[in-house]
Amino acid sequence: MPGKVRLQQPKKSLIGPPLLIGIAVAYLALVLFIPAIAVFYEAFHKGFQEFLTSISQPDFLNAVRMTLIATAVAVPLNTVFGLCAAWVLARNRFPGRALMISILDLPFAISPVVVGLMLVMLYGRNGWLGPLFSQWGIKIIFDTPGIVLATVVVTLPFVAREVMPVLEDTGPSEEEAAKTLGAKDWQIFWRVTLPNIQWGLLYGVLLTNARAMGEFGAVTVVSGNIAGKTQTLPIFVEEAYKNYQTAAAFGAASILALLAVVTLVLKELLERRTAKRGIGH
Amino acid sequence: MDSTLERSFTGTSLPKTSKPSASWFHKVSIPWFITVFYLTVMLLLPITALLTKSISVGPAEFWRIATSPVALSAYDVTFTTSLVAGLINGVMGTLVAWVLVRYPFPGRKLVDAAVDLPFALPTAVAGLVLATVYSDKGWIGQFFAPFGIKIAFTRLGVLVAMIFISLPFVVRTLQPVLQEMEREIEEAAWSLGANQRQTFIRVLLPPLIPPILTGVALGFSRAVGEYGSVILVSSSIPFKDLIAPVLVFQRLEAYDYGGATVIGTVLLLISLLMLLVINALQQWGRRYAG
Repeated sequence: MPGKVRLQQPKKSLIGPPLLIGIAVAYLALVLFIPAIAVFYEAFHKGFQEFLTSISQPDFLNAVRMTLIATAVAVPLNTVFGLCAAWVLARNRFPGRALMISILDLPFAISPVVVGLMLVMLYGRNGWLGPLFSQWGIKIIFDTPGIVLATVVVTLPFVAREVMPVLEDTGPSEEEAAKTLGAKDWQIFWRVTLPNIQWGLLYGVLLTNARAMGEFGAVTVVSGNIAGKTQTLPIFVEEAYKNYQTAAAFGAASILALLAVVTLVLKELLERRTAKRGIGH
Repeated sequence: MDSTLERSFTGTSLPKTSKPSASWFHKVSIPWFITVFYLTVMLLLPITALLTKSISVGPAEFWRIATSPVALSAYDVTFTTSLVAGLINGVMGTLVAWVLVRYPFPGRKLVDAAVDLPFALPTAVAGLVLATVYSDKGWIGQFFAPFGIKIAFTRLGVLVAMIFISLPFVVRTLQPVLQEMEREIEEAAWSLGANQRQTFIRVLLPPLIPPILTGVALGFSRAVGEYGSVILVSSSIPFKDLIAPVLVFQRLEAYDYGGATVIGTVLLLISLLMLLVINALQQWGRRYAG
């Protein structure tokens, strides 16, 4: 758009753009950039050694482990579900489809605290299924399964929501062609469907991963917050901050912030990829 | 997974020419089963558990808890602050989207990518760093402190956190609409003698209203449910800066399940209402897009 010769705009606009850019960037600096820089400054301004000590304490390492466990379960589970749900919703028209999409979107709309509360009411000691599970010796709330479950629920829609529009765009014709040529179902999925949806799928997985590692509200409610046992990284950040261990809080925070930066870079790369595909089509 | 996505015949010995209706059941069975089962177990069952628990306190008690002074004050802090944050981002987000689409400037790509930071940054980290930067001695807070304006650990802190987490919504819903908007329409307006303000208000703004409102509604909805960043940047004192999700959490920690579930249910119902509003706004926007 810029660069082309355009009809002369009314005069005043010459001072307009720099002013508007200035206001926009100043706003973003206040709300986004300065805080983002502050995370890394606070983590490293006392030197790298301080940072290393704060992230080598056992509570921190346990928190990392718990976060990785929750993510390792949530991402594959929601990927499989997301592919199924995207296929069901993109390739079929049925009564109740709109309702099903709304249900799928619920984790985006509901407060994470309420998600945690729902799980406590279902699997907690006074919940519907809690007594049943404790009979079998399984503790869900205030233990690892609860944290995993909360992570799964809050990250549930991402893959489905990212794959759905891609499936809708490509349409079933290529799959049908493969079928008439005698391809088996799994061959069709791996060789036709998957290549078509791969970037959307990766995008969904990326968002699921970022949210799973960063989820706080839902996980806090079901964690019981036992240091070294049921803390995830974000909970570790809050706990350390509350206990005036600022160095430890920012050490963990900088690692999570780095994860966010990596996520954004990958996201940007994926978006470029899909944009190119779109034009080449 | 692999064999389920495009299952047209049963995998036994049905001929390839079999009518779709004959294998319909098999075609849909596994992905359908997984989708319905998963949604039921992960979402519908927990929601039902919450609703029944909250209803079991009885209508009179439900009303008493839902409208208790501390709850009303928490709703006030939550909804008023979320609305203000949504409106601020409605204006500033529109400006940011406009600048990013219309004006090339050095670093635009970077600024554009950074708008998504609140989606990617864990909320606990956001809360931690906002509390630090906006405290009396923080990088930004120090400039407000001499005027007696405290930001961190007050309602203003809650507002800053809510602005942060709802920032990308307006920008991201508006950007594609602005990109697709044809400049010829503006040029037509100018050539017909409209000045800049008239062009903006009469020609540019109307199709932008639905996406702006959708973005505001999405941001509002997100801010209402926000917990992580607010808990760190506020003092969570009742009648001062306590938000409803934190109140739910406090009740739960005090083993007051009635209180937690009732206020949780109120929040849940408002989320559902917001989902309807957002759907309606998106439909309205689609009409403009033609």
